[in-house]
Amino acid sequence: MKGRGLNIALAAYVALIFAFVFAPIVFSLIFSFNSQRFPTIPLGEFSTEWYVKIFNDPDVWQAVRNSLIVSSSTAVLATTLGFCTAYTDFRYSFRFKGPYLALILLPPTIPLIIMALAMLAWLSRIGMSGQLWSIILAHSVLTAPFAMAIIRLRLHQMDPDLEAAAWNLGGTEWQTMRHVILPFCAPAIVSALCLTAAVSFDEFAVAWFVSGLNKTVPIVILEIVQGNIDPTVNAIGTFVFLTSMTLVILAQVIFISRQIKSHS
Amino acid sequence: MTDPLVTFRNVVKRFDDFVAVRDMTLDIHEGEFLAIMGSSGCGKTTTLRMLAGLDTPTAGDIRIAGRLMNDVKPHERDTPLVWQSLALFPFLTARENVEFGLKMRGVDADERKTRALDWLDRMQIAEFADRNVATLSGGQRQRVALARSLVMEPQMLLLDEPLSALDANLVIRMQGVLTRLQKELGITFVYVTHSQSEAFAMADRVVIMSQGDIAQIGSPKDIYRAPANRFVAEFVGRNNILSGKVTAHDANGTHIATSQGAFVAHTPDTAPQTSTEVSFTVSADLVTLSSDEPDAMNKAQATLISEEFIGSIVTLFFEGADGQEYKVQMQERALTGLDLAPGSTFWLSWDPKNANILGDR
Repeated sequence: MKGRGLNIALAAYVALIFAFVFAPIVFSLIFSFNSQRFPTIPLGEFSTEWYVKIFNDPDVWQAVRNSLIVSSSTAVLATTLGFCTAYTDFRYSFRFKGPYLALILLPPTIPLIIMALAMLAWLSRIGMSGQLWSIILAHSVLTAPFAMAIIRLRLHQMDPDLEAAAWNLGGTEWQTMRHVILPFCAPAIVSALCLTAAVSFDEFAVAWFVSGLNKTVPIVILEIVQGNIDPTVNAIGTFVFLTSMTLVILAQVIFISRQIKSHS
Repeated sequence: MTDPLVTFRNVVKRFDDFVAVRDMTLDIHEGEFLAIMGSSGCGKTTTLRMLAGLDTPTAGDIRIAGRLMNDVKPHERDTPLVWQSLALFPFLTARENVEFGLKMRGVDADERKTRALDWLDRMQIAEFADRNVATLSGGQRQRVALARSLVMEPQMLLLDEPLSALDANLVIRMQGVLTRLQKELGITFVYVTHSQSEAFAMADRVVIMSQGDIAQIGSPKDIYRAPANRFVAEFVGRNNILSGKVTAHDANGTHIATSQGAFVAHTPDTAPQTSTEVSFTVSADLVTLSSDEPDAMNKAQATLISEEFIGSIVTLFFEGADGQEYKVQMQERALTGLDLAPGSTFWLSWDPKNANILGDR
């Protein structure tokens, strides 16, 4: 059968793409548990040596701490910004709404390196570069569009009468925000928090430019790789990958399960 | 007579260039069931939204219990609305939905629960109290929406085509529920609908709107038997409309010469002057059909075109001289003995007192 052949070909194609994308990560994961210093086959013995090594490295700990602070603060700031924008889009119509939305969606379309340079130039001019705050601000600008897109999608699914129904039942605008809009958007807000945290957690270019001495995990990884061949990079890489993937998958699961629920 | 609960005085509502409501003056009395009826875009929903404070009048005054309401915010009013979409909160259970308004008004949790359960019980859906509203059927959701509004113990309930999403059987049942509730509670219902059967079945008074204007206000019977103008006569359907020139007035009524012959109609309070052009209507169910020429003051000959059979009621469509259309509505069993082949000729006749001269001449 023609259709069957085509299906197999397509499935094989998709499998190849996945293999191509994930193979390096899988190898990195395998080598992170390999006792040999060089990534060669045959493998040496199973070992957690490299994990122990990074576990005992204060620089790595400092970087993890920095990354956690940056990604969690970025998530909160970017999601707040994204929510406010999505809500103004949902609720109000005003002149220049088109340009307003375009402006917010702009950052991801700018090449990262240009964005990073511009951020550095601007932040150092106003005396705010080289601090954790600098990375948080830069990452918030970068990730807010993702948060807005997710929350905006959710708001578009809302019956527009819902808000007016809450006013009609005696709710003030603030009460309505708290008891109707926020609960309705909750799954999208949680997804946005996870996704923006994930993007911020493994973002390198902007962080490297504006961080100064406050290194985040991706910067430490680069420094290790630049120095010499060191298998600890596989261990850190695995850790970063698992953290980001967990956040992204969590975001997907929460958002999609609610979508299904509200349509059933 | 007591003062009306709601007064509209020369109310206008404009959306940019579009005039949704023009110069509306209307009184709504305490405890009445008022239906506002019209086709889509006639301004009926805008009228309701202005009562709820969701739209602000462009001009004119709206008062509720004497208080000027133009700039009163929706949440400061006591005008709960049952939405066409129902607008139930999808992330809450049936009981939490009913409690919502009480919660906004700061009623404590125990009392909220008691009152919500009481209303769910009255609406016969107490067993679904803790179910998410998304899992309820259309009829059950409808009852939750009603309970959510009525638990507020309002003076007036606004309803915006609440039955339009239900199937025919359920509509009849909910009509019964609504009329019974309105009588029991004694509160004012303002009910917006495009459905003549809903309005006529439930309302004490019906307001018919057309393009932002009130076309007629009256009891369902008044509107059915004595439409005030051509728009209403056509909108409520099943009316024969004839036009001609007034020739004389006498004890029998107003004599009108038409292309179909000379007819006599009931003389209205302000009689039209002779030789003016007038139109009059005769309800389709008040026309008598016969094969032989009857001995009647109003009679016309017409050819049968087609018939429309709806259960026990049959509507027959005729064509008279000059292409004049006639409709005759009768019981199916009353047709026995008549040869209803299309193309056959019949005599139609009606009593002068059933011929109603239209106000807009």
